Amino acid sequence: MHPAFSVIFLTTLIGAAQGLFLALFTAQSYAAFKLLPQPDAHAFYGQGSLLALMLLVAGLGASFFHLGHPERAWRSAAMWRTSWLSREVLVLPAFMGVVFLYGLAHWLDWHPVLMTLPGGLPVDPSAILGVAGTVLAFGLFICTAMIYACLKFLAEWHSPLTVINYILLGGASGFTLAAAFASVTAPELVSFLGGWAAIITLLGLVSRSASLYRNARLKPKSSLQTAIGIKHPKITQKTQGFMGGSFNTREFFHGQPVAVLRSVKWFFIVAVFPVPLLLLLSATQGGTAMLAAAFIVQYAGLLAERWFFFAQANHPQNLYYQSIA
Amino acid sequence: MQAADTSSPSIQEVKNTTCYMCACRCGIRVHLRDGVVRYIDGNPDHPLNKGVICAKGSSGIMKQYSPARLLKPLKRKAGAERGAGDFEEIEWDEAFATLADRLGKIRATDPKKFALFTGRDQMQALTGMFARQFGTPNYAAHGGFCSVNMAAGMIYTIGGSFWEFGGPDLDRAKLFVMIGTAEDHHSNPLKIALSKFKRDGGRFISINPVRTGYSAIADEWVPIRPGTDGALLLAIIHEIIATGLYDRDFMVKYSNAGQLVNVNEANDEFGFFVRTEVPTEEACYEPQDKLWWDRNTNRAVVTHQAGADPYLLGEFKLSDGTPVKPAFQLLQERVKDYTPEWASQITGIPTQVIRQLAHEMGVTARDQKIELPIAWTDSWGNEHDSVTGNPVAFHAMRGLAAHSNGFQTIRALAILMSLLGTIDRPGGFRHKAPFPRPIPPCARTPNDPRAVQPNHPLDGMVLGWPSDPDDLFVNDDGSPVRLDKAFSWEYPLSVHGLMHNAITNAWRGDPYRIDTLLIFMANMSWNSTMNTAEVRQMLNDKDTEGPNAGEFKIPFLVVCDAFHSEMTAYADLILPDTTYLERHDVMSMLDRPISEFDGPVDSVRIPVVPVSGDCKPFQEVLIELGARLKLPAFVNKEGERKFRDYPDFIVNYETEPGSGIGFLSGWRGKGGEKFLRGEPNPNQWEMYAKNNCVFHYELPKSYQYMRNWNKGYLEWSQRNRITRYAEPILIHIYSEVLQRFRGAAQGKGLTRKPPEHLKKRIETYFDPLPFYYDSLEAQVTDKHKYPLAAVTQRPMAMYHSWDSQNAWLRQIHTHNYLYVNTLTARQQGIADGDWIWVESQWGKVRCMARHSEAVEPGTVWTWNAIGKAAGAWNLTPDANESQKGFLLNHLISEELPSAGSRRISNSDPITGQAAWYDVRVRISKAEAGEPEQTSPQFEAMKPYPGMKARSSILAFLGVKPK
Amino acid sequence: MTQLALVIDLNVCVGCQACVTSCKEWNTAGSAGPMVDQNPYGADPTGTFFNRVQTFEVGEFPNTETVHFPKSCLHCEDPPCVPVCPTGASYKRKEDGIVLVNYDKCIGCKYCSWACPYGARELDEQQQVMKKCTLCVDRIYDMSMVEDDRKPSCVKACPTSARLFGDIHDPESAVSIAIRESGGYPLMPEWGTHPANHYLPRRKTRIKIHDDELERADNPLKVDRQLPKPAMNEPTLDDVTTW
Repeated sequence: MHPAFSVIFLTTLIGAAQGLFLALFTAQSYAAFKLLPQPDAHAFYGQGSLLALMLLVAGLGASFFHLGHPERAWRSAAMWRTSWLSREVLVLPAFMGVVFLYGLAHWLDWHPVLMTLPGGLPVDPSAILGVAGTVLAFGLFICTAMIYACLKFLAEWHSPLTVINYILLGGASGFTLAAAFASVTAPELVSFLGGWAAIITLLGLVSRSASLYRNARLKPKSSLQTAIGIKHPKITQKTQGFMGGSFNTREFFHGQPVAVLRSVKWFFIVAVFPVPLLLLLSATQGGTAMLAAAFIVQYAGLLAERWFFFAQANHPQNLYYQSIA
Repeated sequence: MQAADTSSPSIQEVKNTTCYMCACRCGIRVHLRDGVVRYIDGNPDHPLNKGVICAKGSSGIMKQYSPARLLKPLKRKAGAERGAGDFEEIEWDEAFATLADRLGKIRATDPKKFALFTGRDQMQALTGMFARQFGTPNYAAHGGFCSVNMAAGMIYTIGGSFWEFGGPDLDRAKLFVMIGTAEDHHSNPLKIALSKFKRDGGRFISINPVRTGYSAIADEWVPIRPGTDGALLLAIIHEIIATGLYDRDFMVKYSNAGQLVNVNEANDEFGFFVRTEVPTEEACYEPQDKLWWDRNTNRAVVTHQAGADPYLLGEFKLSDGTPVKPAFQLLQERVKDYTPEWASQITGIPTQVIRQLAHEMGVTARDQKIELPIAWTDSWGNEHDSVTGNPVAFHAMRGLAAHSNGFQTIRALAILMSLLGTIDRPGGFRHKAPFPRPIPPCARTPNDPRAVQPNHPLDGMVLGWPSDPDDLFVNDDGSPVRLDKAFSWEYPLSVHGLMHNAITNAWRGDPYRIDTLLIFMANMSWNSTMNTAEVRQMLNDKDTEGPNAGEFKIPFLVVCDAFHSEMTAYADLILPDTTYLERHDVMSMLDRPISEFDGPVDSVRIPVVPVSGDCKPFQEVLIELGARLKLPAFVNKEGERKFRDYPDFIVNYETEPGSGIGFLSGWRGKGGEKFLRGEPNPNQWEMYAKNNCVFHYELPKSYQYMRNWNKGYLEWSQRNRITRYAEPILIHIYSEVLQRFRGAAQGKGLTRKPPEHLKKRIETYFDPLPFYYDSLEAQVTDKHKYPLAAVTQRPMAMYHSWDSQNAWLRQIHTHNYLYVNTLTARQQGIADGDWIWVESQWGKVRCMARHSEAVEPGTVWTWNAIGKAAGAWNLTPDANESQKGFLLNHLISEELPSAGSRRISNSDPITGQAAWYDVRVRISKAEAGEPEQTSPQFEAMKPYPGMKARSSILAFLGVKPK
Repeated sequence: MTQLALVIDLNVCVGCQACVTSCKEWNTAGSAGPMVDQNPYGADPTGTFFNRVQTFEVGEFPNTETVHFPKSCLHCEDPPCVPVCPTGASYKRKEDGIVLVNYDKCIGCKYCSWACPYGARELDEQQQVMKKCTLCVDRIYDMSMVEDDRKPSCVKACPTSARLFGDIHDPESAVSIAIRESGGYPLMPEWGTHPANHYLPRRKTRIKIHDDELERADNPLKVDRQLPKPAMNEPTLDDVTTW
């Protein structure tokens, strides 16, 4: 597939935002159970939500560049019954709304006790919004990932690993960002968040490696034989019916040499996993610069990872577009 | 929004006319919306295409609205070089005045100095007539570099040919054999017939170096080395005769196979048929005065004598002691050594495949006879209850023709078809009116230079069919009268002329210089010329010394075309032609009509949109010029203009006053009640318009077959002045016409004799029986150095079309590759898609290679005429056509070295057919670091004044732009 | 329920591209148009087409088949492009099974094209909406046309009638009979999309000639005494033995 930068930015930015929100609410939950010190809610949760929201807006903005008719984008909510894209379009603003409210609740220090859980734990609006946001964040990860994973003939994508990767990589980048953010706003949480960031990054390494391993061994289900329905071991295309390119040659081919593909792969493997891990582990206490670097490197790596994700996907339609003459 | 929306308020019209995107001439319906062409589809009521249309026909819109169109008459700017494309707009008045002045002077002094050569114009009856009226012999159309070998080889053998003149009867055939590239002429009808044939269970064999086009759907592909078809056909004839699979009855009755040939070498009559008496008058038919050796009485009898049955084989002695052999015996002796084993070495086809081909043809012809309950009477008065046929059909065109051994190859094909008994019979080859013609047809050029006189029409036809050396158009010393040397001893049977040598000859002044060259619709500085780069220099070359120093060697060059092209750049004067949708045309019985097997058909074009810009149909130009020059056919006795315009000319012109024969054969007579012959009908165009633009006369069933010997048909044809004589047209298994030339070269007989330096050539190639020889180019080529044959075809989406500039078609073929067999390429280290050099001994081009399994290993090929000069046809200078596309023409020479310092055309020595497909090449990988661009390149052309700008985005809606 | 479809006979398709340009011509000026062409007179010209003819070589020399292969939207019975469309612009008509795009609803997200394994959809670079074969829905129901014209433009144009058009759910339709009797097959059946369009394979006709068919009593060589017959005066057994 041709990697579209709009989609690369959309998925990585909102992934980081989702992860960041999950990190915020994880910290809040731990703090609620007194497992963590209570940070400055105003700064950490409020501004953290704002940061997440900004990432979400940027991602949403990027997505518009993908559309031929962005002014009709509102129509895309219509088919939620069948289309993961439609579902994403519904879940994303819902999530944004919740993040906004969650942040607002903290910003305004609006913490009326709505109910008390068994064990005496008070439940305030931010907790309810946090749970809702968590559900939506996971929902959004699933929707986004399922847009790709549901396409059964794109074998590189059609796997539960796609969903797991989106969750773990989004989560990793979000937690790394949260750690970096905490180093400024809530230093007491840095090691907690940095620790989780490292764990999720490690898990991401496992799942992404698993998908790389899987994809390297995929046997394409379609072949030139099934594509044109002729049973013969040797078939070669001579012409594709046009010579100056078409949508079919522009949209479904990355157009890069194998060497570029390989370099991008190794770059993301290094930039998403070991480098941020090292930076995270070496910057446990308050090393804002190290943590910021961890996030920046990891995010850059994720851009490459997402580019590779698209480029590696080999669409069966490409069987029909191999040669011109 | 994709929903049926038919409630458009715009004005919708549908007009019928005839397509001209290629030579096929299908009936089309042009759908107009508010006067703009919105859709063109096939006319379902048209006999030719029955509603279908091809890729070109559907893209006619993009031709009509192409930015490559010339919209104003243009004059080369004073001082500008030819080829530079510096023009200024002029008005038609000035153009006509210039032409009339210049041509008037030429006509009053030496009409030869005006030469008119036309491309694929479909109006040769008018253009030829104009040349004749002018008085110049220097006229030809593009047949000489297209497929004249096909026309000549078959017409000199069976009196008809593939092309517009006849074709395979696939409706009844059981086996169809297509040899060589043949997708060009009659393409939609052939496609229709081919699919029906296959669906009906017919077997289709394609013999071709390349498997593309129709060959793709063949049941069997027999790859063959280019130019060796003659060897294959002779070996098949060998096998057919050796196994007795020929139709003896057909040979006996309908060919000269049984006629006795004098085999006394000492005799002046050696090689000629023995005749009962010397014919008293020379007429354009063959008198039945030859002899058979009768099996029943064992003595010589006049042919076709009732009750007689000739021996086809054996040797006999006439009462005067003359040894004689039936022609068939000579054929058998000729092919004796042409064994399948021999042919296999030459063609690359396995011996058993050659035998299998012969057996399939022979057994199918013999065992699957067709009998139709149609009674008919033969020329000898024998009544037959039925028409029978042998269902083996062939088709061939340019693949066989475009070789310097093509004439004899095609003779072999026609003889094979005759041996199988398939001529004008169901399931075989069928004629189309006005064919069959006598062998040869009656038209003759003058045979005397004095036929060219100032201010007089040419005394004879501009093109004709020589029957013996005395018909040649030569000077007293045997040198050619014509610029292109047609009908001379160099190419005696060049029945379509040699357009491909006109420019070289005029430039060199051999045989002489001319003054004005008028080219209509032919790209002679690009894909329609051999040796392209040098011909472009010739067009721009000036005398360096003498009285004309500083003047162009070809002093005045006029080009009429509808489009900006490589050729127009060299013009001194450009006349903008219309498109086919803007004008009247006739597909006339005097020219190349669109007849069907069942009878004569002619058709017309009627304008469906107004003329664009200042364009003018070329016919109108000729009629205007004819009137201004006072050519007799175009003015009345008072010297005043006779015809208002072209439509008026078509209606009122008669071949002779009161002949009742004109350009159109339908709705003649005052009220349109007559056909073929009749007085002019003022409403003839309207009647064509009302009838799908086509006139179709269906012959009675009994006249539809065996027309060479069908008394009823021949007399009908004579009554309607399609022919002068109703004599039977026997198939020339043995060609006495060729023998007459050979005899002259051997110093025998009373006819003219060839000049010394051509005697050997004439004696060698004018063999009365087909034989195989290596192409002339191969004879002067080191085949180890140039091991590969290089050929071209045009893709179906562009065949015979002018449309490399067509916005839709050029997306399909925007540049071309050289196709090389995968193994051949790998041996040279050439990968798929690599840049390579292709070299012949005449030139070299750089291009891209494409591996292919569908090409014979000794052949490379490409699509022709995709490559363009940069900027030509108003394409951008960086368009693929010029940067990645290439012409093979750069590798092909228009001349070959001959004895001494003489040059001779790279053409068939009999017909002058351009030998495009003879070129031999070698290939090598381009060096790393060479530019990824085809070579040679030429300076980019620019658009001319008056042309529309090209757009970078096209969203055609079929409505007038707001 | 009706399912309109094309059945394409590879046995007679000669790759002439007639269907390609007749489709373009009808549709660019029809309700599915315009179909933009970019660089129509420049480098690498490219445009929107609903139908393309490709060429494949099958096998190795000399046993090579050149296969011309027209491809347009296959109007799948279970079209994967439809459910993924977020706006409902892509839809399959219940009444005749044609898969269409409503240009007014299309946001140009290209997702449907990703969901089509056949590459049947093309984004129009000017209108920025997804376009594809409509089976000439603006022809086939247009009652102002005569019945013979109420067919997709490509079907009408095809000189070898390699394109059949009809209802594959009607067992007696020409298309159903062709699929049944001539081995019609769908493309990429492995994805379960159930394309409505089918392709008919190459079918070969061969002639079997037995050796004895080459020798016959009425062989003309016998008439012309070419079968060897020794001269009367050559020696025979009569000359040497008496029994």
